[in-house]
Amino acid sequence: MTTRIIFAGSGGQGIQFSGKQMAKTGMHVGMNVTFLPSYGPEMRGGTSNCTVVISDEEIGSPSTNTPDLLVVMNKPSFDKFEPKVAPGGIIFCDSTLIDKKSERTDIKAVYIPATELASDNDLGGFANVIILGQIIKQTGIFDFEEFKEYLLSNIPATKTALIEKNEKALLLGYGY
Amino acid sequence: MYKTVFERPKALTDVPLHYCPGCTHGIIHRLVAETIDELEILDNTVGIAPVGCSVFAYNYFNCDMIEAAHGRAPAVATGVKRTHPDNIVFTYQGDGDLAAIGTAETVHSATRGENITVIFINNCIYGMTGGQMAPTTIPGQVTTTTPYGRFRSIQGNPIRVCEMLSTLDGVALAARVSVDTPANINNAKKMIKKAFQNQIDRKGFSIVEVLSTCPTNWGLSPSDALQWLRDNMIPYYPLGTYKDGEALKDGE
Amino acid sequence: MSNKVLMKGNEAIAEAAIKSGCLYFFGYPITPQTEISEYMAKRMPKVGGLCLQAESEVAAINMLMGASAAGSRAMTSSSSPGISLKSEGISYIAGCDLPCLIVNVQRGGPGLGGIQPSQSDYYQATRGVGHGDLRILVLAPSSVQEMASLTAEAFDLADEYRMPAMLLADGALGQMMEPVDFSVFPKRELAPKTWATNGLKNHEGKKNIINSLFIDPNELENSVIERYKRYDIVEEKEVRYEEYLTDDADIVLVAFGITARICKSAVTELRNQGIKAGLLRPVTLWPYPKKIISKLADHAKAFISVEMSMGQMVDDVRLAVNGKRPVYFFGRTGGIIPSVEEVICETTKISETL
Repeated sequence: MTTRIIFAGSGGQGIQFSGKQMAKTGMHVGMNVTFLPSYGPEMRGGTSNCTVVISDEEIGSPSTNTPDLLVVMNKPSFDKFEPKVAPGGIIFCDSTLIDKKSERTDIKAVYIPATELASDNDLGGFANVIILGQIIKQTGIFDFEEFKEYLLSNIPATKTALIEKNEKALLLGYGY
Repeated sequence: MYKTVFERPKALTDVPLHYCPGCTHGIIHRLVAETIDELEILDNTVGIAPVGCSVFAYNYFNCDMIEAAHGRAPAVATGVKRTHPDNIVFTYQGDGDLAAIGTAETVHSATRGENITVIFINNCIYGMTGGQMAPTTIPGQVTTTTPYGRFRSIQGNPIRVCEMLSTLDGVALAARVSVDTPANINNAKKMIKKAFQNQIDRKGFSIVEVLSTCPTNWGLSPSDALQWLRDNMIPYYPLGTYKDGEALKDGE
Repeated sequence: MSNKVLMKGNEAIAEAAIKSGCLYFFGYPITPQTEISEYMAKRMPKVGGLCLQAESEVAAINMLMGASAAGSRAMTSSSSPGISLKSEGISYIAGCDLPCLIVNVQRGGPGLGGIQPSQSDYYQATRGVGHGDLRILVLAPSSVQEMASLTAEAFDLADEYRMPAMLLADGALGQMMEPVDFSVFPKRELAPKTWATNGLKNHEGKKNIINSLFIDPNELENSVIERYKRYDIVEEKEVRYEEYLTDDADIVLVAFGITARICKSAVTELRNQGIKAGLLRPVTLWPYPKKIISKLADHAKAFISVEMSMGQMVDDVRLAVNGKRPVYFFGRTGGIIPSVEEVICETTKISETL
């Protein structure tokens, strides 16, 4: 079983963090993983995206034209990647930032107002983590408790506020 | 009972030099070799030869030697010195090597304050390739690539290396000397020795520019060449010490 | 699992180098390999080493030459345009029989090109890395794990044969993260560097000269011939490659680096579709695995060289196949990674003609 995920949005939204967190967790639970960031001038304030592949087999290409899962956190990323999602795949849209809906019938679309949920709950900057919670809920790719514990264990224990916010955001996304 | 009053320095090998008759490279080689002997650093010294007339210098000095690519001797010296800070490392470079193709390596090793010694031979011409314009060729000077003389408007101006390097914080010593008279040779020796002593004392980048003759490519007899040096080079490249101190260190 | 860390390819190179005893790094920033310099800058002071940012690629390769001449294990890294600048120094280093590691995290060219991954420096690495009769070891990793393990291997190979080694990676391998295990690198027994120019007192008073100049053509010819005898041993002993489903393959894909991974996925899928495809992945690009390709040509009906270039390694495949079978090429260039689907499509088309 191989899962290919593209995370796409704007610089500063935590796109790379989300991708890395999925890859790290995959490695943690014994899967093969690759994380391929976009790089270059586009990183400086423009669009940001990365591709994560998680598999129980040897991973060939670290990139994909047909992701199984797509996370989009701005409109240009929706326009660029939504048509590419593999049939049967899932698209996760931050519906606070994207007012469009997918017209495709061969994929599942999940609309979650992550940015709004974040600001309503004093979780500014954690919209990406809210979406991570929702991904785990929708896909079951990882056990939620294991995913959460591992994510939190990667934060230095002294940063209690950061740990609390990540946990709150994950729970919010998972429960949405 | 006889006493040895003159002999070949231990730091020089016993082979004939390939330099043209009247060329002052031989004198400068000897001054460097005497310095190495006097400072008793032969077994610890690494020399870097350039591309140019002194390309075979690795055959003449008795210490470990490396032959560098054209202009790159200061970078090679940096690599040796940074990985073996206890070695005494010197480069021996001509004007084309140091002040044209190797300008970047020269300036940056100087400004970094690399603790190395650079012996710079300025004879206003490319000798090895047969008398072409050097970065130090003076205005009006005829060479095979400035057959009508060097024009500031066409070939541009020459470069005064010591003056330029003396502005850099990494430089401990920048001195210009000449080997046209016994007195000047004595002074050159003193500066070369200081440049090596600076390295032992970890003072930073030390360069001694030696005004040198090229009778062959200047088309002059050896003695006329010495006179040409006095009449033309010294006025354009005044002898003297442009900087004498220590490279700036952290916190200064 | 506990031995594994998730790391960028560029960082894995740097860490593996340090773990292999490389304490000196000379670099100059260029995308997409700058993380190597940055990692070195952070780590070297902590292990008693040195990371020096040179004023140019030219200076960096010559600093490396000095360090290597003095007997130190040292390296530099760059990306395509920077390697062009280093080529002068690489030729001198090869001509002086000095060991060192040069990393090329390739990007698209020619000229300033782009900054996305490419394999279009294959010719440069294996044919024209510097002027004169020379070879350098060229190793092509295809995973972050190999970015690390082949770095370690390259240092040992370089030391053993007294020649420069190049790790030929690409921007994707440099930037991507994968789990790496640093605990598994074998080390070679290596002779002490008695030839080093680090002062007479360090090698029993005998003067050492590091030099590539021989004015007498007979002397130069002899020195080159001697060096080529060493190259012959390398070609005999140090060829590395990976085979995947080649035993009964009708059509063999030949690919290295990141492209080989794409081809592996394609081969698996092609087999599912009933096409007997296989993959040969050269790990050493010089020495090139020509014997195995020649052997595969006994039963395989065709070869396809898949590359991120306009077709460079394909020449080596053709030379190895030596007319026995048709050799095709498929590639993307300019910074585009070919997709699994494209490779499947090309292979299917060709297999239909067999």
